[in-house]
Amino acid sequence: MGVLYDKLATDVRFIESLKACINCGTCTAICPAAEFYVYDPRTVAITVQTQDDAKIIELLKSETIWYCGECMSCKTRCPRGNVPGLLVIALRALSQDLGYFTESEKGRQQLALKRAIGEKILSHGYCINPDTIAPGNHPEQGPIWEWEMEHIEEVMEKLGANYKGEGPGALRKIPQEDLDEIHKIFEVTGGMDRFRDLEKFSKAKAEEMGVEFGEGANNEYFRMIYTTNNQTHTRE
Amino acid sequence: MKADGKKLIWKEYQKEIADDHYFYARSCIRQNFFPGSEKAFTRIMKDELGKDLCDNQHHTSCTGIGYHTDVVPFETTMTVIARQFSLMTEAGYSNYIASCITSFGLYTEIIETWKHFPETLEKTRDFLYKATGREFTVPNNLAHASDIIYKFRNEIAAKAKYRLVDKNTGSPLKVVEHIGCHYSKMFPHKGVGGAEYPYVLTGMIESWGGEVVDYPERRHCCGFGFRQYAIQANRGFSIACSRKKFDSMEPYEPDMIITNCPGCPMFLDRWQYALSEMEGRTYGKDKQGIPVFTYEEVAGMLLGYDPWQLGLQVHQVPAEPLLDKIGIEYDPEAKFKGPNGEDMGKPAAPSYLKFYQE
Ligand code: SF4
Ligand code: SF4
Ligand code: SF4
Ligand code: SF4
Repeated sequence: MGVLYDKLATDVRFIESLKACINCGTCTAICPAAEFYVYDPRTVAITVQTQDDAKIIELLKSETIWYCGECMSCKTRCPRGNVPGLLVIALRALSQDLGYFTESEKGRQQLALKRAIGEKILSHGYCINPDTIAPGNHPEQGPIWEWEMEHIEEVMEKLGANYKGEGPGALRKIPQEDLDEIHKIFEVTGGMDRFRDLEKFSKAKAEEMGVEFGEGANNEYFRMIYTTNNQTHTRE
Repeated sequence: MKADGKKLIWKEYQKEIADDHYFYARSCIRQNFFPGSEKAFTRIMKDELGKDLCDNQHHTSCTGIGYHTDVVPFETTMTVIARQFSLMTEAGYSNYIASCITSFGLYTEIIETWKHFPETLEKTRDFLYKATGREFTVPNNLAHASDIIYKFRNEIAAKAKYRLVDKNTGSPLKVVEHIGCHYSKMFPHKGVGGAEYPYVLTGMIESWGGEVVDYPERRHCCGFGFRQYAIQANRGFSIACSRKKFDSMEPYEPDMIITNCPGCPMFLDRWQYALSEMEGRTYGKDKQGIPVFTYEEVAGMLLGYDPWQLGLQVHQVPAEPLLDKIGIEYDPEAKFKGPNGEDMGKPAAPSYLKFYQE
C-alpha cells in the first residue's frame, strides 16, 4: 500500500467513491466526458485500486483527471455503487495539494478558476457576477447579453432584481459583515491555503516555463492557461 | 403500455416536501441570467399560494461552482453551507429551499456525509463556531425550488389564464424537459421520481396541459461541466453535449424546452445561437430555434404575468412564437423598453437565428 493511497483514503469522498471496481465499464458507457475526451473513468478507478504510488502520481500529473465534468451520471449506474466523478474530485484535491496540477495543460487551468470564480466568492459573496462575464470574452452569450450588459441597471430593475442594492433580492450587495464571515471561514477551513498553494505552484511553473506571471487576468501565464488547447484531448 | 409502466415506477418515489414556512437561498447563476425567475418564484409563493417565505439578505453563494471547479475544499464548502443553515436557524425556519440544482445536490451530499461520518459534522460545527461564533441546526426538510412548484402544480393550474395548448388546434404542446444531472443522479430518493424517471418537471407539464417528449438523449447532461465551460479552451465539450441533445430531440418537433437547473436554460439557449453562428445550423421551425424556459417562467407565463417582467426578452432564442401559439397577450413594442418605458435600443440580430418576428 502506498503513501499516496493512504492519504487519499483519509478523504471521505474517496471512501464513498471506490469500493471494489469490477472493471465493467458501465461508467464509461454513460459518461459524457468519455464520449468527447480521450477519457475513461473505468481506468481511473482501476488505476487507483492498484494502490501503486507511482501509478497514482502519474495520474495526478496527467491530463486525465481534468476531463470529468462532475455531472455524477456515473453514480447512478455503477453496479458496485462507486462514483468515479467523486474519485476524480478527491484526486484533483490531492493533485493541487501536492502541486502536481501544474504538470498538465488542463491542470494548470486551476489558477484561472481560482481567480475567476474562487476569489469572486470572497469579493462578491457569489461565484459569478455580471461584471465578470464580459461580452468580449463570451461571444457565445450573443448580442442579447451585449445589449443586457449595456443596460444592466434598467434591465435588472425591470426584472425585479435588487442589483447592487441593500436588503434582500437577486444580485443584491452582500453586506461587508457577511463577506467578513465568509473570509474567516476560508481562513479557518483551509480555503485560503488552497488559494495560496494554487498561486505558489503556478508561479513556480511560470518561472520554469519562462512565461510572464502576474496578478489578475492581464498577464501571459493567465492568457496561456485560459486559452491554450493543444488539440490532443478529444476523440475526433 | 410503456407509459403506464413508467407511471407506476414514478409512484414509487414520493418525496416529502414541506408545505409552508420556507427559508429561500438564491443561486448565483440564476440571479445573473434569470433574476426574473427568482422574482416569479417569490411572487407565486406569496401572492398566488399565500406561503411564508423568508428571503434573507445575509446568505451567500453555497460555493458550489467553486467546489465543482475544485478550487474550494470540501471542509470550506461544508462550513459555508453550515453558515447558511445557521441563518435559517436564526430566522426561526427549518424548511430550506435551494434555488439551484447544484446547490441542492451539494446540500444533499453534505447532509448525507454528516450522517455517514458524524465526525465531519462535529468538525464543521467547530469550524463554523471558530470562524463566526455561529451554531446551526440541519434542516428538517430540504427542497429544490422546482419541488415546491411541483407540489403546488395543480393549484397553479387552477389559477392559470393559459394552458400549454395550441390555441388554434386545441392539442397539447410538445415539451422537452431537462432535469439536470445534480437533481437526482447522485441521490435518486431525494428527487421527485428518482433518477431514471424524474417526475418533477413532467408533473408540471402534464398538470398544465402539455405533452412530454421522450427522446433518446433526454437524460444527457447539458454540458456545463463546470471547468469545461468556465475555461475558454474547454468549451468544445460543453457545446458538443448540448448539440447531441438538440440533434436527438429535433425529430420530435418540440415546441419548447423546460429546464430545472441554473445552467441548462442558459446553455441550451446560448448554444443554439453559437451553433447557428458557427455552422449556420438552426433548430426548430423557420430558423426560429427551440425556445428554452425555466419552470418559473412557464408558471408565470401561464398565470398571465407580463413576459417582459419574467425576463423572456433576455433569451437569445425568441419566445414570441410560443407565446403566439398559446395565445398569450403581450406588447411587442415593450420588449426592449426600460422599467419606465424608456427607449434602450435593441440587440443586434444574429446572422442566422431568426430573432425578430415580422
Ligand atoms: S461502473 Fe463501477 S464497477 Fe464498473 S468500471 Fe465503473 S467504477 Fe468500476
Ligand atoms: S462525473 Fe465525471 S466521470 Fe462521472 S459520468 Fe460525469 S463526467 Fe463522467
Ligand atoms: S451551486 Fe448554485 S448557488 Fe451554489 S454557487 Fe453555484 S450557482 Fe451558486
Ligand atoms: S444539466 Fe448542466 S447545468 Fe444542469 S446539472 Fe447537469 S451540468 Fe449542471
